[in-house]
Amino acid sequence: MGIESAAKPEVKAALMRTRGLSKQFVQRSPFSRKKFVIDALVDVDLELAPGCLTALVGESGSGKSTLASCLALLEKPDRGGIWFEGNEISRCDAEELATLRPKIQMVFQDSAGALNPRFSAGQIIAEPLEIQGRATGRNLRLRACELMEEVGLSPDWVDRRPSQFSGGQRQRLAIARAIALQPAFLILDESLSGLDLSTQAQILNLLLDLQTTHALTYLLISHDLSLVGQVADFVAVMQQGRIVEQGTPQKIFAHPEHPHTRDLLNSCRVIESAFRTAQAGGRS
Amino acid sequence: MKYLERRVIHGILLLLGVSVLCFLFSDLAPGSFFDEMKLNPQISSETVAALRSQYGLDQSLPVRYGRWVKSVARGDWGYSFAYNAPVRSLLIVRARNTLLLTSLATLLAWMIAIPLGVWTASRRGRWEDRLTMAGTSFFLAVPELVVALGFLFWVVRTRALPAGGMVSVGFDNLGSWAKLGDLAAHLVVPVTILVLASLPILVRHVRAGMLGVLKAPFIQAARGHGIGRLTLLFRFALPAAANPLISLFGLSIAGLLSGSLLVEVIMGWPGLGPLLLEASVSRDIYVVVGAVMASALFMLMGSFLADVMLVLLDPRVRVE
Repeated sequence: MGIESAAKPEVKAALMRTRGLSKQFVQRSPFSRKKFVIDALVDVDLELAPGCLTALVGESGSGKSTLASCLALLEKPDRGGIWFEGNEISRCDAEELATLRPKIQMVFQDSAGALNPRFSAGQIIAEPLEIQGRATGRNLRLRACELMEEVGLSPDWVDRRPSQFSGGQRQRLAIARAIALQPAFLILDESLSGLDLSTQAQILNLLLDLQTTHALTYLLISHDLSLVGQVADFVAVMQQGRIVEQGTPQKIFAHPEHPHTRDLLNSCRVIESAFRTAQAGGRS
Repeated sequence: MKYLERRVIHGILLLLGVSVLCFLFSDLAPGSFFDEMKLNPQISSETVAALRSQYGLDQSLPVRYGRWVKSVARGDWGYSFAYNAPVRSLLIVRARNTLLLTSLATLLAWMIAIPLGVWTASRRGRWEDRLTMAGTSFFLAVPELVVALGFLFWVVRTRALPAGGMVSVGFDNLGSWAKLGDLAAHLVVPVTILVLASLPILVRHVRAGMLGVLKAPFIQAARGHGIGRLTLLFRFALPAAANPLISLFGLSIAGLLSGSLLVEVIMGWPGLGPLLLEASVSRDIYVVVGAVMASALFMLMGSFLADVMLVLLDPRVRVE
């Protein structure tokens, strides 16, 4: 893949920063007064260095996606603050939100669900431009074609529908839509999961190319530790709504301090070795 | 349009099946229109037998069915014994009245159900949503007949609206605007009953469909692009939730038809309902068959309409 991660700059002023971010989900039973409280986020302090790829790892239900939704301003945190380019943004009004949203974009895991099945590829990519009033009429289509080319899709496919694309191509479409508004910050919520290895590598290379051409900051949410180890500049480990450890991947993978990080790494190794044994067993 | 052609052929086959079953079941029922005449001492059994053979009732079932199909192909739907008139002219007037009632009720029910369902879905879990859900549960649980009788009771007590029939006495002497007003006043009660009966299911389906779509990542993505609330709900979410609703639209026409038969009888609305009831009781067989066929035709037209809408509105169906 030819990816170097050591030469990236050290932490400057963070592009995005959270302090004491907390979010609870309360479920009420309809037949009793009992409440079930789920602490999705507990006092999350996270700093995202500009131009870097920060990876967020953790088991299912550890709060990764809730954190992503809060950072993407899709959900409001209960407590704590989010700073973006130095400004507090978690308590913005609708008007401020409208100017902020284009700068923060998200690419989802389920590429089929993330694209409106009734729209054509061109309409999908042009959608944010139209919503934000950045282009109209013929320009929308032209811009959509340019963006398709930029993510490695043929502009001839501009009238195809999502169901006529492969999984990897759909993810490229989703990326084209995400960069259409020229954001500064891109959240990749398990965007590489569910793709086969070679497609994963292609999409990853595309993302890394875009990172340099568009000066993008990434937050990659993943459960694939080997992938994270290769591409991340920083890693944050989450468990039960808390960030239990963060640092460079070299440090975290070589000397995990928190027991949960060690568990994660071990379980990863156990699966790998089990996979190898199974393969060896199948061949003999 | 291969898809629509296939649908039309299915429809024709279905109508044939309905007609066969209609004949079969009416033959299984004991007695015929002329059996009551046998009890009358003034009518000789020869006369009854002559009438039976004149109307072809002495023939075997397959022969009668064959004759019926042939005459329907010529546009003749048979003859009503009770009304002493051709079934066709009888049906046309009745079917027109039923269509007026049901199409109005369907249109109104959907015009309320779509905004209400979308709105409650967007306010999920808040008091507006809970209140609407409680209301729809109530009307789902209470039988249509009780709603109809309760409403009728109120109308009769207050005398606010005409409580039955389709037009007032002396309708023919009114001016054209007054005629329209009179008809509209007579429509209020039956249409309201029909709407109340079908609305809860429609609202719940619209709401459930919208809730499913609103969770989809592409809706989250659109929110992330800073889309307006109404555009999101009506331009993005509603079309994505529309396909099952369009199929439901076809079904709702069918449901309203069967519901309207009941309401027509209660309200004395001169539609297919009372006609079918009277004809069944007096074994006026060709009227029964004709009315059932007309209902089946409406039902098919409803689902055909839904199919056409699907093709027009969903680019994916066209591609396939």
